[in-house]
Amino acid sequence: MDKEKMNMAYSKFVENRLPKTKFFPSLLWAFLVGGLICCIGQGIFDSIGAIFPSLEDKVVQSYTLIIIIFLASFLTGIGVYDRIGNFAGAGSIVPISGFSNSVASPALEFKREGVIFGVCVKMFTIAGPVIVTGISASILVGIIYYIIGLF
Amino acid sequence: MSSVLTYLIVFLIGGLICSLAQILIIRTRMTSARILVLFELIGVFLQAIGIFEPIKEFAKSGITVPIIGFGASLAKGAIEAVAKDGILGIFTGGITATAGGIAAAVGFAYLFALIFSSHSKKT
Repeated sequence: MDKEKMNMAYSKFVENRLPKTKFFPSLLWAFLVGGLICCIGQGIFDSIGAIFPSLEDKVVQSYTLIIIIFLASFLTGIGVYDRIGNFAGAGSIVPISGFSNSVASPALEFKREGVIFGVCVKMFTIAGPVIVTGISASILVGIIYYIIGLF
Repeated sequence: MSSVLTYLIVFLIGGLICSLAQILIIRTRMTSARILVLFELIGVFLQAIGIFEPIKEFAKSGITVPIIGFGASLAKGAIEAVAKDGILGIFTGGITATAGGIAAAVGFAYLFALIFSSHSKKT
């Protein structure tokens, strides 16, 4: 009982100590940065489509994502992306650039622990769950569609 | 549709998705890994029930650039591969469709991790 009380008091203490994020400004920044990254994506998509009109939309889409991922890991490398993330919050996490950042950022940070156990292992601290759940979910969808296809 | 309107829609939808995630982060203190997984699964779900493509027609990069688009192509890959290759497609579809993104993220992260060093400890 006492232990429970202590835990609650501690939770409250932590709650008070955590930096307060201002609700509306952070929401606005997430909206602006998120929207902007999507617009940059659309710009890249339209540019590739205009330069190589023979490419299929699906292929152009893949190139677009690869370019965004390249830019995001470069910006992470020079330390800019994490600085954007400080005020943009979800605006910099949810776009595919945030996925790229979540791979590159820990890879950089743990470089001093070596290439194998630092870079290669820590690379997947956030991307790991994303890839594992993603692949598992796609297998599940595949099974469901396979069963539907049987009838 | 004029191109200014297209970009406006992309901006609004992309921004809206991100602010939704921001509300979740503030209200529930979700970590970025959980946010990414959640939105990816939303994408898988939207594609699986077949409403992602119509949304994409309208929202374009507003929905494909967020991680929702990544989830959707995982599911789309699985669905298409199952139709083509049967049981094998269950296993090959998802990764094949998203191979470009995963390989780019891993490859570039590895490259830049070797070139640059961490900035987070200096400031």
